[in-house]
Formats: sequence, structure tokens, C-alpha cells
Amino acid sequence: MAISATTFESLELRGVGRSFGENAALSGLDLTVKAGEFIALLGPSGCGKSTALNCLAGLLPLTHGQILLDGRRIDTLPSEKRGFGMVFQSYALFPHLTVEKNIAFGLQMRGVPKAEAAARVREAIALVKLEQHAKKLPGQLSGGQQQRVAIARAVVLEPSLVLMDEPLSNLDAKLRLDMRTEIRRLHQTLGLTTIYVTHDQEEALSLADRLVVLREGHVQQIGTPDELYDHPRNWHVADFMGYRNLVPGTLASVQGGVATVDLGGVAMTGTPVGSLAAGEAVRVAVRPDDLVVADGADAVRDGNALDATVAVVEYHGREFAVSATTDDGRTFHVRTATCPEPGQRITLTARAARVLVFAEQLASAGDDSGARERVLV
Amino acid sequence: MSAPRSTASLRHRLAERGIDPLLMLVLPALLFTIALFVYPFAYGIGLTFQPTAATVQKWGGGVFANYLAFFGDPFVRDSVWITMRLAVPAALFNVVLSVPVAMVLRRRFRGKRLLSSMLVLPITLGTVLTAQGLLIFAGRQGWINRALEAIGLIDEPLKLVNNYLGVMFSLIITGFPFAFLLVSSYLSGIDPSLEAAARTLGAGWWSRFRKVVLPLLAPGLATTFILTFVLAFSVFPSARLVGDPGGTTRVMALMAYRSFGEQLDYPMASTIALLMGVVELVVVAIVFAWRSLLYKGSTGGKG
Repeated sequence: MAISATTFESLELRGVGRSFGENAALSGLDLTVKAGEFIALLGPSGCGKSTALNCLAGLLPLTHGQILLDGRRIDTLPSEKRGFGMVFQSYALFPHLTVEKNIAFGLQMRGVPKAEAAARVREAIALVKLEQHAKKLPGQLSGGQQQRVAIARAVVLEPSLVLMDEPLSNLDAKLRLDMRTEIRRLHQTLGLTTIYVTHDQEEALSLADRLVVLREGHVQQIGTPDELYDHPRNWHVADFMGYRNLVPGTLASVQGGVATVDLGGVAMTGTPVGSLAAGEAVRVAVRPDDLVVADGADAVRDGNALDATVAVVEYHGREFAVSATTDDGRTFHVRTATCPEPGQRITLTARAARVLVFAEQLASAGDDSGARERVLV
Repeated sequence: MSAPRSTASLRHRLAERGIDPLLMLVLPALLFTIALFVYPFAYGIGLTFQPTAATVQKWGGGVFANYLAFFGDPFVRDSVWITMRLAVPAALFNVVLSVPVAMVLRRRFRGKRLLSSMLVLPITLGTVLTAQGLLIFAGRQGWINRALEAIGLIDEPLKLVNNYLGVMFSLIITGFPFAFLLVSSYLSGIDPSLEAAARTLGAGWWSRFRKVVLPLLAPGLATTFILTFVLAFSVFPSARLVGDPGGTTRVMALMAYRSFGEQLDYPMASTIALLMGVVELVVVAIVFAWRSLLYKGSTGGKG
């Protein structure tokens, strides 16, 4: 009997919120998760993503809203009755129990007969490739191995939903990549519905079927990785989607899908996102790879030309990451193929289609009608 | 054959041979320890082998006459049992009670500070003050008895002091704060996410306690038991003041005092004191032997 997910149709979060006194850590989260889906909750620390996860796990009671599994309310059930698996950031392995016994713990709690439990534990250990470490205590394992035990412990129960709270944040960079692949592989082979909390957009984009971007407890945007990557709804989402250059300016004009922004003396043209009015405070967003060093007057694209001085050059293998400062003190990040000297004068340019113009004002707290509109899929 | 001359400093070269000149600072303390503890202790042991002529005459055995007297005289020998009968239940009670109290006080609630201060406060009271208070509060004409009589629950005053119970009360009042403080600090060393993990794995509160908290807390409980046991075992003032020093609370410390103060038999008093230590060591050894079977590694928390 292979480990598989306990099946269900859908998990629905309706206006889920959690307040601590006056302070709303999470508010108005609406999300419908289909069985087998991999959802990433993405946001900076303090955005409410861990609160959302703890509410789902039942470790934090909700103050607003409902959670329904196939139409049945589950937010009133205690954590131990929900049957969700959870993987903690600190792994939370029982230090006094061997790997085997850690994984068997949940089965034991559910009264699974010994022979069956032993078989399932063996299978889970094989799944995360820890056969040689089955009799060790968690303290004798490396961080990556401990994380695999934590995952095996959660999936051995064949949970309807697996919750992961920044599971890779305590691992070093190389191991993080390996474990990311491992988590994706497990998700694909077991078909586990997963909700994954992270602050790392790369992790979220590479793992998830859908992303939920949160800020100060409010949903900013929900969508598939390519929707968010290509069409971020506001500059906060853009920031997470790799738009490292987010420069404030004033909107000079909008005409036929082209916005002209005054960046304090220099004009830049780009694509407006949402409805913008001339004179409004805006942010111009460009990815470092879309910003190019112009090597002649004719190379300037769509009239975008920024004169800047090279400040810092970092070697990144095939390319260089350069920060350049304009005369009025704005810093731009750009990728170049050739290595410029610090202090060198360069001209930066970008296609208007690659330059996004966002309203400076983010949807204010409480007004998340915009976020609801964009709930896609 | 000879390695080139080291260019490291003298301190570094000494350190490589395991000599740390800073350790010289320990010397004064060492002198004090030898003068005030090691020498008197050795002198006391020596005394036990110099029985008085009367003891030798009564019990024989030459230099071992004191030991023969201790184990031969039921009046003295039984004090071991009497002391154990007080110290073991008192220590167990203090440890067992402090676990749920410390668990509850881990949560956040209004008045938590006040409550924990009140629980720890008795630590500042001396045993004599506690005994005095008990006599007034729980005596025949004390508040407890008068209150119980007033509401008609009892006809005759309960005998709560000047017996085994009185000493037990006193040991709990003075011992519980120690146990509570120690257990609280051991408990704070257990990572709360372990319990959260156990919850998500389907463990109810009893299983969480039994399978996760208790095994991680057990070594700490053993240490706490030893400390409160040692504290209770050497009970002296309350055994005399709120106990029944001639009978049920005739503890070893009282016996040693009797030999020393009333019979002026220093060698016998030393023997009793030494054997008190031996009995305590036996109990401590048993508890540590049990403790060595437990998991003692990291408990995941900050403690």
C-alpha cells in the first residue's frame, strides 16, 4: 500500500482573519484550494503568512471567517482532529525519539495497528531516502536530513493537506536547491495538496501552482506563477517578482497604453498598470535584466536614457551585476555582459514594454476589493 | 631531533601543556575549602572511630563501636526510616505538584506575575517563621480549626501540628517554591513547537504530556527531586517545633543533636551525621542511576 493523499474535493477559506487585540495579523483571506494543488503564501516577515498557516493547522484560533473542507466547517475542530500534516521551520522533531519513532508518532496516535504502522514508516523512510539513519536520534542528523524526517513524519499520515512553514530557511544555499527539488518530487509522486509559506520568491515561483502574495495581513494578488511574474498588480508584488528597480516619480502623462514619468528631470516611458492619472505619484519598476547599458546614441530604446555612474560591480559568472547611481542620487541595478569600471559613466535604457508604472499608493488596509477582483482561476 | 624553538608567548606555551596561570586565582578559595570543609569533615570521620569508653563498654567492637551502636540501638536506627518517611513523600509531592503548576504558568494570562510571586514567596521565609505561623494557623485554637468548627464540619479540632502532618506541611511550604522554580526553568527549555508538532500529528493533551513533555522533562525532575529530598532529609527546626520530636518526627538530625547537645557524645553525633550523608548519597545514587537511562540531550528550546 503506497502512501497517497487522503482525497477531498476542495478546501475553502472564507474571509479568514486573525487579530491580536487591536492588531490584525491577517484579514479577509479568501482562497479555494483544489485537491492536489501546491499553493505558496509569499510575503515579507510580518505579512501574516505564518499566521494564516497556523490558523489552518488549528494552532491559532480564527477571529474571523471560516475554513471549510468539502463544505464541512473545520475551523472549530482542534488541531489534533484536523488530520493535516505540518512541517515546521525549526523541524520540531522529538529529540528523544529515533527517526523511526518520530515518523511513527502520528500513526501511533491514530491507533494504526503495529504491523501496518511499521510498514508505512519503512515506506516513508524509503521515500525520503533515510534508510541508513532510521535508528538515529534527530541530533545526530544534518539539517537537510532532519528536514526530510520532518517531511516524512507529516506525509506518512496521508494527510489531506500538508502545511509547510518556511521549511528551507534554515538550510544552506546548495541544500536548499536540492530540498526544493525533493519537495516538488514528493508533491508530484504523492499528489499531496500543499500550502507552503515562504519569503523567497524563487522558491514560491518554482514550487507552486498558485501564489498568494500577502502584505500587512492583506492579500495583494493571487495567481499562477506566470501571471504574477508577467503581470504584477502593484509595486509590492512586482518587488517580489524580481523588479529590483522601483524608482519613485511623478506621472507626466498617459496616452494609449504608454505612461511618461518624470524622474526628477529625466523622463522615462513605460507601461501603466491599473488606472493612473497624470500628476499622480508613481513607481517605475524595471527588472535588472531588462535594463541595458546603451553602447551608442542609436541603441537607446523607446527614448529611455538614464545617465549614471557605476558604483559597485559584482561578478555573477556569465554576467556582472552593476549598481549605478544617477546624478540625483537614484540607484539602478543592471546586468551587463562586459565588466565596467567603478566610476565609469554609462547610459541605461529599457524598452517601454519592459518598464511597468504602478501607483505609489497601495490598496489601503481594509480596502481589498481590488485583490478580490483579481482572484483568478 | 629538537623542533625549532617556539616563538609563541610563554602563556601560549603553558596553555599547550594544559597549564593556565589564571587558575592561580582559585587558590584562596581552595584554601578556604580545605580549612573550612575538607579538614573538619575528615576530622569528623576520624571522630567516628574514636568512640567514648561508655559506648565501647556497651556495644563492643573497638573503634567501630559507634557504628555498632547506631545499627544496634533501635531508637537510633529507626530514625533512618522516620526521616525517609518524611523526606521521600515530601520531595515527591513537591515535584509532582510543581509540574502541573509550572505547565499552567507557562501560558500567558492576567495576574500571572502575581501568582508566580506568591508561589515563590515562601522561599524567603525561614523555617522557624514557617513553624511559628503553622502553630498559630493550624494549631488546636488556630484559624483553620476554628473556621471548620464554625461551619460545623468538625466537632473536635483536627490535630494538624505537633505531629507528622505538621512537619510535612512545613516541608511542603519551604520545599515547593524550590521545586516550582526548578521545574519552571526546565520546562522553559522545551521548545513549544514540539507540542505544536505533536498536536498536528493527532496527539491529545495527555499524549502530548506523556510522550513529549514528560520524557524531555524527566531528567530535570530527577534533579529537582534530589534537591528537594536533600532539603527535606536534613529537616531539623520544624521537626522540633511543629513535629513530635520524641516519636513520629524523631529524624536523624534530631538524633545527632541529641548525642551532641544532650549526651555530649561527639563521636556518636559525628557517626549519625556521617550516616545521614551516606543515606542521602544512596538515594541520590539510585535517582541518578535511573536518570542515566533517560534521554538527556537537547530539548530543542533555548534553555
